[in-house]
Formats: sequence, structure tokens, C-alpha cells
Amino acid sequence: MEFLIASGIAVLTATGIYLALLRQTFPVIIGLAFLTYAVNLFLFAMGRLTVDRPPIIATGSPGYADPLPQALVLTAIVISFGMTALIVVLALRGFLETGSDAGNAERGEDGIPGVPDRSHR
Amino acid sequence: MSIALAALTPLIGGLLAPLTIRSGRTVCAASAGAASLLALCLLLSHAPAVYRGEVIRQQIDWIPQLGLSFSFFVDGLGLFFASLILGIGLLIIVYARFYLSRSDPMGRFYAFLLLFQSAMLGVALSDNILLLLVFWEVTSLSSFLLIGYWRHLPEGRQGARMALVVTGGGGLLLIAGMLMLGHIAGSYEITEILRRGDAIKAHPLYVPTLLLILAGAFTKSAQFPFHFWLPHAMAAPTPVSAYLHSATMVKAGVFLLARFWPALAGTEIWTLIVAPVGLITMIVGAWIAIFKDDLKALLAFSTVSHLGMMTMLLGFGTPLAAVVAVFHMLNHATFKAALFMSAGIVDHETGTRDIRRLGGLWRLMPISSALAMLAAASMAGLPLLNGFLSKEMMLEEAAHTELAGIPYLMPVLATLGAVFSVAYSARLVFHAYLGPARDDTPHHPHDPPMGLWGPVAFLVLLVVAIGLVPTLAGPVVARTAMAVIGTEELPYYSLAIWHGVTPALIMSLVAFALGGLIVYRYAALSRRHAALPRPDAKAMFDAVIGGLIAASRGFTHRLHTGSLRRYMAVILVTVIAVGAAAFQAGGHAPGGREALPADLPAIIVWGVLLATCAAVVVVHGNRLLTLILTSLAGLIVSLAFLQFSAPDLALTQISVEVVTTILLLLALNLMPRHSELIESLPRRLGGGLVAIAAGAGAGMLSYAVMTRNIASISEYHLDQSKPGGGGTNVVNVILVDFRGFDTFGEIIVLGIAALTIAAMLQSALRGAPARRLDSMRPGVESADAHPLLLVVSTRVLLPLALTVGIYIFLRGHNEPGGGFIAGLIVAIALIMQYLASGYSWAASRARLDARGMIGAGVLIAGLTGAGALVFGAPFLSTSYGYFHLPLIGEFELATAMLFDLGVFLTVVGTVVLALVEISRIQRRAEREPVPEGPMDVLLHSTDPAPPAPVASERNEA
Repeated sequence: MEFLIASGIAVLTATGIYLALLRQTFPVIIGLAFLTYAVNLFLFAMGRLTVDRPPIIATGSPGYADPLPQALVLTAIVISFGMTALIVVLALRGFLETGSDAGNAERGEDGIPGVPDRSHR
Repeated sequence: MSIALAALTPLIGGLLAPLTIRSGRTVCAASAGAASLLALCLLLSHAPAVYRGEVIRQQIDWIPQLGLSFSFFVDGLGLFFASLILGIGLLIIVYARFYLSRSDPMGRFYAFLLLFQSAMLGVALSDNILLLLVFWEVTSLSSFLLIGYWRHLPEGRQGARMALVVTGGGGLLLIAGMLMLGHIAGSYEITEILRRGDAIKAHPLYVPTLLLILAGAFTKSAQFPFHFWLPHAMAAPTPVSAYLHSATMVKAGVFLLARFWPALAGTEIWTLIVAPVGLITMIVGAWIAIFKDDLKALLAFSTVSHLGMMTMLLGFGTPLAAVVAVFHMLNHATFKAALFMSAGIVDHETGTRDIRRLGGLWRLMPISSALAMLAAASMAGLPLLNGFLSKEMMLEEAAHTELAGIPYLMPVLATLGAVFSVAYSARLVFHAYLGPARDDTPHHPHDPPMGLWGPVAFLVLLVVAIGLVPTLAGPVVARTAMAVIGTEELPYYSLAIWHGVTPALIMSLVAFALGGLIVYRYAALSRRHAALPRPDAKAMFDAVIGGLIAASRGFTHRLHTGSLRRYMAVILVTVIAVGAAAFQAGGHAPGGREALPADLPAIIVWGVLLATCAAVVVVHGNRLLTLILTSLAGLIVSLAFLQFSAPDLALTQISVEVVTTILLLLALNLMPRHSELIESLPRRLGGGLVAIAAGAGAGMLSYAVMTRNIASISEYHLDQSKPGGGGTNVVNVILVDFRGFDTFGEIIVLGIAALTIAAMLQSALRGAPARRLDSMRPGVESADAHPLLLVVSTRVLLPLALTVGIYIFLRGHNEPGGGFIAGLIVAIALIMQYLASGYSWAASRARLDARGMIGAGVLIAGLTGAGALVFGAPFLSTSYGYFHLPLIGEFELATAMLFDLGVFLTVVGTVVLALVEISRIQRRAEREPVPEGPMDVLLHSTDPAPPAPVASERNEA
């Protein structure tokens, strides 16, 4: 099992990074989603793998899975939704502004990217 | 803490100034003056003790680990300098009230001036050198604000920038020097450092420390070759020039040299650097001053020259020279501030400061002219005025000092400085105030109101009083000099007008004769001087700054290419390299933890995940398909959570998956569905290589961790969950109780993200994005905008989904569930209405504002946490109890549930706001009239009855 999870993390990470390195915004968003899966699984795995021992206190339970990584990952999942929504909207706004979904910033007149010159619009 | 209070009172006055200006200019000036006066009283309350020889010290720890504390102390030097700052400050406040015109924003002026005053007091009174550095920087900043006070003047802005660059740059060096000094001395308290002078001077780091501190002092006090900024700072209003650039701020450098005199002075290198720099500054400054036609420029260079003289005296390293430096600091402050204010009066009355256009002013404005001429005579060093006394003592010291082993060099050069000093003072008097009156000035001058000449008169009174009865200044000079030298025993000196025929007297007489000659032959000399080549400091400075800007722009340009991919690649490659290096360094023994056996379903799911990932890499050009594959991967992740004893995570992951998919679908509706762009093969290969390396690293790392045992800190959480937190679901108890502060921060972040999304999308309905939306032709997927089946099923499901949400919320403390999951479920139920029935229909029925929910959620969570404070428990402590209700039986109420309600509301608000804002944008793109009714198919039929679920819906929402 440990090998399956570890290799799963490896494949998710690799897929995420490959997509994130592409030029357009949409694959980058998907790539970050894959990276999120990988990171959440990784954090979760730090508590080691346990089967059938949810961290819910009950009498006679033989033991519990480590609850702390679970709590951290739970908030991480929700936060990563917030982040995904934010970058989706950033990409959408960028597309609406420029008509292109390339993940490259325009260069302004001074040659510094990210400060588009609006005077010609 | 009355010393700290004295330093901070002006700051409070400064904050009040922009308010009191509403009651009028006089009230504003009075409030500013009152703050200074109060500070002066607080300060002088320590004077009796200081003059008994005590050093008063007060301290509040700030960051003791770093040696940083709010510690202040008053000794003779601090008291003297602080009184100078406050005393002259008071006169300047009065003067500025009458100097500034109605159109100048006076509230801002006094705010800046008092900020500066407070910072200067901090410099004078800080005991901790780190604290001193903070105040030191504030003086540079407030000086910047004051020089650039007349924002519309380009000279003002340029002068302000130059002053900030030079003094701020010196300040940076000073920070380094002070940190080293503290390190060498083993203490950051000045009172301690001064006792360890011998150890400091013997330390191998003494020379670099000294050089850095001197750099800070020399830039601040405009010593050669940093003297060029001071004349450009004269673009400031005259009260500022009089206060900052003659009496106080520029003396901060000299003050610093005096302050650390016992710790740093007396070595060969000190004398070799400080004395010549001061000497050169004195001569060069005075020489340039002779030929300046602008009154303020002349005074500025004269200030440079006098600062040089004080530096030189401190550089001699002898106690007697230090006494003279202190005495001259006092004398210079009185006559130079008076002269600056007089220059301001001339400017105010005649409309010009150009000496060539002035003359005979004493006939037109006798009072202010008489005062100015007395001050100028003191500057020249005429007997019976205070300037004479300290100049004589300086010459006497110079006469006994050998420079570089050459006899007579020092006395000759010092006399030269005195000659020039006489020359520019005489030129000021003869060319501006004496001679025939002129009537071609822009305004016809006459004596100004007393508010302008009163402060000058006060200073000139001091000039004359000390000049006539030198012993008046005796106690002040003695006590201050004791503090500088660091002992109670002073060398023999006498403050007197007549010392007999001494070398100094002869040197003075020579100076008067030659100085007079220069002014007599000024016209011819000036022509010769104009023909000499002169370096233009401003052009050089501008060239250096321009070069720096070009270099940094080029650097940024190269580094900051705007390619997201490149940034990502740099970060990833760095992480991989660091990881690989660490991997190389560590051991690679296999772990000892027993592995779980893999079963067939797990292997199948694993195979599906691998296939999904491979498919995504291949088909990512088809975005809809990619999206479906992504949710598949998310599903498998939640299965993994479920398998490995994390039901909460599985629930959260699966509901987030739904929300994310809806979100991406909405976005894809407006963005291109297919990618036409084909990446080049080398780029794909490169990206793939980085991806494989990173993936392999992450996989190996997690495998290594999972196959090893560790002791977890979670035992505590498991043990305390029920007795301490009152819940059996440990994950939920951790979220709302043990690590509630984390969760509180997280919901705030969520709320901020949602509000950012709303802001970004709302502004997209204007300008270029709106035009693009208008020209968009969304693909028609179906003839039916709102399929009947979907509409009906979502409406029927809404109450059910809300009930499930509430159930999941309520049981969350003990069973899998809680605010996060319940929030997501409810949000999905609400969003489905928007999807199925259309934005217009759903928005018109929404009773709760999503922004309001976010705000309420954060507020409820925060207030619940703060409620614990009322009961004396730390923030976010929870409490719970059991109650009995008939029929329902025993049940539990915990404050944690209220906190979870805040989490719930924030999550619902965030999700709904983000998705609804996108669908609002969408509506703009759909130019086809959106069907009014939710069941547009039905509306076309003959049955007009509204659908029944609407009524129940209203109650639910």
C-alpha cells in the first residue's frame, strides 16, 4: 500500500508540474489542481497509513489514525479551493482583458512586464 | 518614563496639527508650540539632577533577545542637544506661523516639523543604539518630507530626493557600524558602550566599525565630500532651513561624534580621518560661500564650513578641543538660525534672495537688519559676540596642533578658514544690508510683524549676552563637555573675551584684514572665480543615480521576463537541486515500519489513477475532457482518504471536487475550449524532465517517511478530545478547538479570496473585458437553456440538501462532518439553483447576501473566540455542557459549535460568491434574451400556473 500511495503522489506531482510548465493558463490551473492533490496526499501520508481506525473516540477501539495531519489537510483542501477559484478568475479576467490565455505578462513601455501601457487603449 | 514622554510628546502634537488647523492657523501653531513647550518642561524637570552630575536612565524592554529596548537617558550632552532642539523648535514654530502664506497647508507643515522634532529628541536621548538608529532614519525621512514641502517646485522635490539618498545611504552604513559597535562592546546601551572605550579601541573590528559610523555622521552633517546635498536642501521653506539644516539635523552627525567620543576617539586613525575631513570641509565650504549670490546658499555653505570646524575640533581628540566644539555648537545654533530666519525675512519682504539685487536694507527695515548684521558679525567672529569666543578658542587649539608632522600647517589652514569666514560674513553685511538703498526689488520692503523678527531678536539677544558675559554659558558648556569627555574633570580653560596677546588673537586679526580685503576687491575676485572650472555636484549626482536606475532596470528586465513558465521552472529546478543535494548528504537505509498489504481493488484504483494522469498529459488540449479526467483524479484521492481512516477528508475532498468542477465549467464557458497552441518538442521534453525529477523526488520522500515509525504529538489531542474539547471527532475538535486560531486565519483567507474574486469580476463589466464579453458568441450546446428535468430535480433536492447540510453540521463535533463540509454541501445545493434555473431567476430569489455571510461568519468565529476572554480564558478557548430537553433527551452544547457556525457561514458565502459572480459575467455574454421563466418550456404552454416549489423555496432560502 505504501508503495501505491508513494507512486501515486509521484505521478500526480509529475503530471501537475508538467501541466504547470505549459504556456497557457488553463493547463496551469489544472496542473495546480493536480499538485494540490499530490501535496494533500503527501501531508496526509506524514501521519502514516492506517486502515479502519478513524480518529473518532470510541470505547474499545484498538487505536486511531493520526488526527493532526487530517485536520491540517482538511483546511488545506478548502483553502486550495479558494486558491483555485482565485486563479481561475485571474485567468478569466486576463483572457477578457487581452483576448489571449497565454500565461505571459505584457511588457509595458519601460520594458517591465506586468505594467501594461493602457494609453493606446 | 518622562524622558520617553518628552521625546514622544511632539509626535502627538504632530498628529494633532492636521486636526487643529481646522480651527485656524493660529490655533494650529499654538497647539504645535504647546507640544514643544510641554516636551521642554518634561525635559528640564531633569535638569537639576543632571547638573548635580547624575545620569538619569529609564528602560522598557522591547525585544530583549535582540538587545532592543526602549531605553532613554539624560546626561549633560543629551540635555544640551535636546534643549537646543526644543528651544529653537519653539522659535521656529512661531516664525513659521507668520512666514507661511495662506495657501500653504500649515497643518501638514507642523505635522512634519513635529515628527522631525520627535525623531531628533529620540536621537538625542536614546540609550539603546538600535533605538537611536530608528530615530535617525526618521529624521532622514521627515527631512525629506520637509524639503519637498512645496511639492509643486521641482527643485524642492529634487533636493528632497538628493538629501534622502545621501543621508539615507549614510544611515544604512551607520546601521552596519552600530551593529558592529554593539557586537564589539557586548551591549547595545550607550551608557555601557561608553564605559568600554578601551576594549573597543583595541578590538580588531575597531577600524571598520569606525569607518561605517563616520560615514553615517559625515553624510548627515554634510562633511566633504558629501557636502553637496545641503545647499540643494535649501529649496525647503526657510523655517525648515533654519531648523533642520543649520541648527539641529545637520548637527546630528556632530552630536554622534561627540556622543561616542569616549568610545571611539583618541586613536591615531580617528585623528587622521576626522580632523582633516573637518578641516577640508571648513575651508571648501567657506570658499564656496564667498561666491554664492543666493542668501540661503551662502548661509548653507557657511553652515557646511562651521560643521567642518566642529568636526575638526572633535577630530583633534583632545578634551580641550571637545570643550570648544560643544561651545561652538551652541554659538553656531544661535547665530546661524537667526541668520536663516533673517534671510527668510528678506525673501518675504523684498521678493528676492539674490545678493546682487539687494542693498541698503538697513534703511528700509532697520530692526531686522540690525539683528541680522549682529548675527553676521558673530558669524565672522567679531569681539563682544559669542562667535568670537569659540572661534578664538578654536584658533588657539589649532595653533597647538600638528598636522601630518608639519609645523604651522594646521594654524595656517585654520586661519585660512577664518579669513574666508570673515569674507562671506562681510559680503553678506556690506552687499545686502549696508550701502545705498535700492528700489528695484520685486516688493518694497519694510520691517515685518514682530512674529517674524521676534524669534530672531531672542537668538541675537543670546548672541550678545554670551558674547559680553561668557561665563553665562559656563555651566552649560562645562556639564556638556563633561558628558562628551566622559569624566568629571575638565581641562583648564577660561571663557573670557580678553586672554592677552595670544597666537589666536594674531590669527584673528590676520583673518579680519584679509577677509576685509577680499570683500573690498570682490568684483575682480568674482570674475576670476567665475572663470575657474568647477565640478557640478548635482550633475554628477544625477549621472550616478541615472546609471543606477538604468542598471537596475536592465537587471529587472532580464530577470523579470513576464513568462510564468520561466518563474515556475526556476523555482522548481531550485527545489529539485536542493532536494537532490540533501538526498546526497543523507543516509539511505530502508525504513523499519511494517508495510500494509496491497489488495486487488487498491491496485485497480491505482492503475486508473496512473492511466488518468497519463491521459491528461496527452489530451490536455481538449479542455472539457481534461476537466473530467481531473475530477476523476480527485475522486480517487478521496477514495484514498476514505480507505486510510480519514472520513472527514473524503467528505471534504468530494464536495470540493464538485464545487471546483462547476467553477471550471463556468470558466470554460467563457474561455477557449480547445488549445490550438502546440508547444515545441524541446520545451515539452524539458518540462517533462523537470516534472519527472520532481515527481520522483516527492514519491521517494513520501515512501521513505511512510516506511518509518515516529512518535506523533497527536497522543495529546486524542487523549484530550473528549474531556477537554467535548467532542469525539478528534479532527473536528482540532479544527475548532486545539488549532482554532489556524482555522480562524483560514476562514479569513477564504473570505479575502472570495472578495477579491468579486472585485475582479465586477470591474470586468466595464471597459475592454465588457466589450469582449459583448462580442462573444458562446457555443449553443442545447436548445433548452434550462432543462426541465434539471430544474425540477434541483428544486426538489434543495430542501433535502439543506437538511443534510444541517445534519452534517450538527453531528460534526462527534461524527465525521462539521462546518467546512456542511458549508460545501449547502453551497452546492444553492449553486445548483443558479445552474439549473438561470442567474436571473436564482438571484432574484436569493435572500442572503454572500458577502454578508462571509462577514458574519468571520465575525461570529471571532466573537466566539473573544468571548473566552470575558471569562479570563485565552482567545478561542471553548467550553461545553450537557443539557436535558424533554422528548429529545440529553444533548450537548459547546461554544465550539458557534465557532463552527462561523466557519460554515464563511464557506457558504465564499463558494456562492465566487460561483455566482462568474455566472453573472456569463449572463453578459449571452446576448440572447434569457427566458424569464425558469421552465421556459412550460411557459410556452397554456398553463400559466407558477411552479409549486417556488413557495417552499422562499422559506428555505
